[in-house]
Amino acid sequence: MPTDTAHPLHGLAWDIGVAKPDPTIVVDDMVRSFGGLTAVAVEHLEFQRGCITGLIGPNGAGKTTLFNLLTGFDQPNTGQWSYDGRPLGRLKPHQVARLGVVRTFQLTKALSRLTVLENMKLGAQGQTGERFLSALLPGWKSQEREIEARAMDLLGRFKLDAKAQDFAGTLSGGQRKLLEMARALMSEPKVVMLDEPMAGVNPALTQSLLEHVKNLRKEGMTVIFVEHDMDVVRDISDWVVVMAAGRVIAEGPPESISQNKAVVDAYLGAHHDAPLTVEEEEIVLAEAEVAIAAQQAEDADLPTEPTRGL
Amino acid sequence: MSEFLDILALSVKSLVSQSAVFFALMGVGLNLHFGFTGLLNFGQIGFALLGGYGVAISVSMWGLPLLVGVLIGVVASFVLALLLGLPTLRLRADYLAIVTIAAAEILRLAFRSTPATPVTGATRGLSGFGQDFYSLAPFETQRTYEFLGSTWTGREIWACLIGWILVTLFSLLIWQLMRSPWGRVLKSIREDEDAVRSLGKNVYSYKMQSLILGGVIAGFGGMILVLATGSANPDQFQNANTFLAYAALILGGTARVLGPVVGSMILWFIIAFSDAGLAALIRNGLIPDEILSAPDVANIRFILVGIGLMLLLIFRPQGIFGDRREIVLDAH
Repeated sequence: MPTDTAHPLHGLAWDIGVAKPDPTIVVDDMVRSFGGLTAVAVEHLEFQRGCITGLIGPNGAGKTTLFNLLTGFDQPNTGQWSYDGRPLGRLKPHQVARLGVVRTFQLTKALSRLTVLENMKLGAQGQTGERFLSALLPGWKSQEREIEARAMDLLGRFKLDAKAQDFAGTLSGGQRKLLEMARALMSEPKVVMLDEPMAGVNPALTQSLLEHVKNLRKEGMTVIFVEHDMDVVRDISDWVVVMAAGRVIAEGPPESISQNKAVVDAYLGAHHDAPLTVEEEEIVLAEAEVAIAAQQAEDADLPTEPTRGL
Repeated sequence: MSEFLDILALSVKSLVSQSAVFFALMGVGLNLHFGFTGLLNFGQIGFALLGGYGVAISVSMWGLPLLVGVLIGVVASFVLALLLGLPTLRLRADYLAIVTIAAAEILRLAFRSTPATPVTGATRGLSGFGQDFYSLAPFETQRTYEFLGSTWTGREIWACLIGWILVTLFSLLIWQLMRSPWGRVLKSIREDEDAVRSLGKNVYSYKMQSLILGGVIAGFGGMILVLATGSANPDQFQNANTFLAYAALILGGTARVLGPVVGSMILWFIIAFSDAGLAALIRNGLIPDEILSAPDVANIRFILVGIGLMLLLIFRPQGIFGDRREIVLDAH
């Protein structure tokens, strides 16, 4: 995107929760905690339609949890979120998918004992033959042929057409990532959410995956993806959202992120570049000694402690 | 030599006997649950019990026509599937396994309990509900027929005939369903539920449909069993039968339409052959009485079946019709 001065997100403030010109998914006050751990606490976040938004952050930042919440695989403790103005709260995963928000998984979910082509055909929506009674009548055959043609076309674009009749379980890790993305596209989604699409994919395949992701944007889809590789993020994102400890700590165009102090701190720790001085080291040592002494005193106390409750 | 031929004829008869029919129907249902959808139903016999008693109670206690009894049997197994599925199908597979095994045992104990006597006949069971069924036969059911070297009563022939017609119809149904997009969703659920959810399919509803259809098929198995034996008795419905049906299914090959049918036939062939064969060996003194006596045979045959299944799983884990590649993929 070197020449996109007319980019819809151009000139937007680099503030957390900034309003986008044409948001598709909007999140408000979403909190999800597991026991004492707050996995996600997002005050306000908007995703621009037709753009590629990268979601980054250190491990355990809550990226996948946010994905799960947005797609109905998990429910938040509080909060609202909507897609095209339509609230998504309490919807089941398949209901979210039917609205056109389709996700992939960090650990690929190829359906091993189905062929690659069957995997693809499963993705198609509104199949008459998927209803019990219609399945018994031959009426679904013509639709099936259409779906198969579309699946073969997509497989060709993803260079998997030669594998169409193989079991999906025989594919390599990278090919499974490709298959999962192609299968998601079979549902003709409007929003595609990719959870680490490049993880475990060899560099040669990464390039072609990146092209596929860019093509999704060309076709007017909104892409939200989680990724750890900063080169990839810089290369394809229009906008980057950074999470740490469940919160959004920064958002902005990719070039803004690497200079952001909060982001650098989140990844590397606040004092990563300041070596300990001799004085600081002595303070740390003294604190440790005090702690050890206290522990020993406590241990010595134990036998003389009066027995209670007898 | 003639003794051997007799044993063989007896074993051939058991290939198509009422036991083979019963376990084929149980297995066809289990195949839908376990083989195609990945549901662990360990209480398949409970569905058969409700189907069988549905007919028996309706006809002999309530005096209803046979067809109404069949309908009641179907509805009863349908409702059992709903009751078991509603709380468990949202959870992991093992919850269904626990609940089904408990439900099958609860049903059997409830049906044989003394307070249930006015309805189920308790331990004595019910009988005398088969007249309508046998009067439908287009041939004389009171006499015996010579057939494939063995003797059949007319009643046996009629019950087995209807049974195999049912097996054929249900197998065709499963075959048609499994080549349709509906079957594709089921097989995908077996592989990974979340992937199927993320593609907009209501997994819960499909699992429920599978549980109901497979349960109703087992219900028909129970009906054939009580009609063929002429009595409905709680001890016909011990849960060991569920596992024998699993054995038949795995022997034939899971997730293959004909797997449970052929598996059940072969299982009963082996049981009858080892049964009659061992008895003959003991009778002729080839196996000394100190090692094995005639009353032990009934137990020994299941030990032999168990050893046979172990060998099968080691050397041909996919069963007779299965695809070895699927087993290899499954191991990942």
